[in-house]
Amino acid sequence: MVIGAKGSPLQLVLSAILHMDNPTGNISLDEVLRIRKNPMIKEAIPVSYGDNYMGYRILGTSDQYVGKYGATLKEGKLNTKNFEAIFGAEVAKKLKLNIGSSFVSSHGLIQNEVEEHDEKPFIMTGVLRPTGTVIDHLIITNIESVWEVHEHEEEHIEHKEEHKEVTALLLNFRNPIGALQLSRSINKDTSLQAALPKFEIDRLLKFLGIGFRAINGIAIAILLVAGLSIFIGLIKTVRERKHELALLRTYGATTFQLLKLVFLEAFFLSLIGFVLGWFLGRVGIVLFSSLASDAYKYHLEISSPDMQEFLMLLIVVFMTILASILASYSLFKLNVSKILADA
Amino acid sequence: MIRTTSLRFTYQNTKTHTFYFPDIDLSFEQNALILGPSGVGKTTLLHLMAGLLIPKKGNVFIGNTCVHQLTRNQLNNFRGKHIGIILQRGYFIKSLTLLENLKIREKLSKKRTNQNRRRQLLEQLELTEVSNKKVHELSEGQRQRLSIALGVIHKPKVILADEPTSNLDDKNCEKVISLLKKEAQICKSNLVIITHDQRVKSHFDKHIIL
Repeated sequence: MVIGAKGSPLQLVLSAILHMDNPTGNISLDEVLRIRKNPMIKEAIPVSYGDNYMGYRILGTSDQYVGKYGATLKEGKLNTKNFEAIFGAEVAKKLKLNIGSSFVSSHGLIQNEVEEHDEKPFIMTGVLRPTGTVIDHLIITNIESVWEVHEHEEEHIEHKEEHKEVTALLLNFRNPIGALQLSRSINKDTSLQAALPKFEIDRLLKFLGIGFRAINGIAIAILLVAGLSIFIGLIKTVRERKHELALLRTYGATTFQLLKLVFLEAFFLSLIGFVLGWFLGRVGIVLFSSLASDAYKYHLEISSPDMQEFLMLLIVVFMTILASILASYSLFKLNVSKILADA
Repeated sequence: MIRTTSLRFTYQNTKTHTFYFPDIDLSFEQNALILGPSGVGKTTLLHLMAGLLIPKKGNVFIGNTCVHQLTRNQLNNFRGKHIGIILQRGYFIKSLTLLENLKIREKLSKKRTNQNRRRQLLEQLELTEVSNKKVHELSEGQRQRLSIALGVIHKPKVILADEPTSNLDDKNCEKVISLLKKEAQICKSNLVIITHDQRVKSHFDKHIIL
């Protein structure tokens, strides 16, 4: 569960977990500490962000965050002191920074050169192994560093008394009932809001559901058309080559042998089609993935053939058999004499 | 040996007209010419003898086999082994080369393939040089000779040729006839040619006129 400032729960989930949207606002540390005392909470990870380096978000959080995503260090060491930062695999690859080099963050979530916090540079201490999760695209530091960068700024501008804030709190419960109870009480009694990521993502997918259904429908239609075209192609084959087929009959070939011929042709065609289609599909995914990982920080796995695709192959073969049986119906009635006499 | 007994045939779409064929009786290695104007049923007779059509009445005997009492599969087998058909218009498997066409014919006859036989035949028909060419790359004459080769490669008991000389000039006509006769002799088979080509007449003793 995520707890953050009031606003759209979807936005909260998108920003705090997937790091795709802007945060809803900050919540004060006092309130966070109060919630944290709740006995039903197993684990609470504060996250605080608002700065970036070259467009990559800098996330201030506790050590638990890295462990939560199952990320391990590839090289260097974890951040222990303030202004030490570890890089997600993708960030490190793209920025080509080395361990020990320093960088300055800039304000906001998109890259700009105007509002840089040049007085407080960060030092890169480690790089994480790729995990395929959002952490690959983050720069992670401790939460105090994020505070300090901004304290400095606030002293100058407002001379406000120090009060510490975080952007959101990620919670893990001992049991699901606790989550429901707490989320109800938070949404009702406090100025904060609680959102369940799974629920919000489901809601988001429901919004997009029509699109998915349409794409699925189109895919099924394409499959049917493909089956039909195998069938038509086979009928054409049988028609166009009826002379050859009749000739083979005069050579002593049986109807069954001709059937086999037609079926094998269809089988090889659809097999080649399947393999090509699979291959092109994967190439498409690779291309899309490389685009998407830049634009949406979204990474797609390139997997080996799976069960579903194997099932697909079975369907294709089955359709081929069906099509070739239908198409070769005319083979049984092949009038050899007539075909050969019609010069 | 080939023998037909009171063959009759009616096409399904023209039930009114029935073809009556005279009995044919050829002894071992005897050749025959079947003559007659167009439309009299020459090709029909050939297809009856090859077992491609089923007669309304009567029967065809090749060797000691009664062709029209065989089952479908037996007939396929028999046709592959013992009958060689040379069609009026050469039909081939277009995607294969000349040699591959010959091989597939041999294979479907289910007889033991014989490389010497293949080589000799190609030499006799002057096709050795083009044996690896695709069928559509061959000249008209080469194709004609290929269809002869396809009719005799498996040493059939009967060679049935349908108008083998209709598109040829005098010189090539002579050549084709002598080739056919020679091959029939080598294969020890009966050669039955149907034609309306008067040039062929003098080459054969036995004429059957429809």
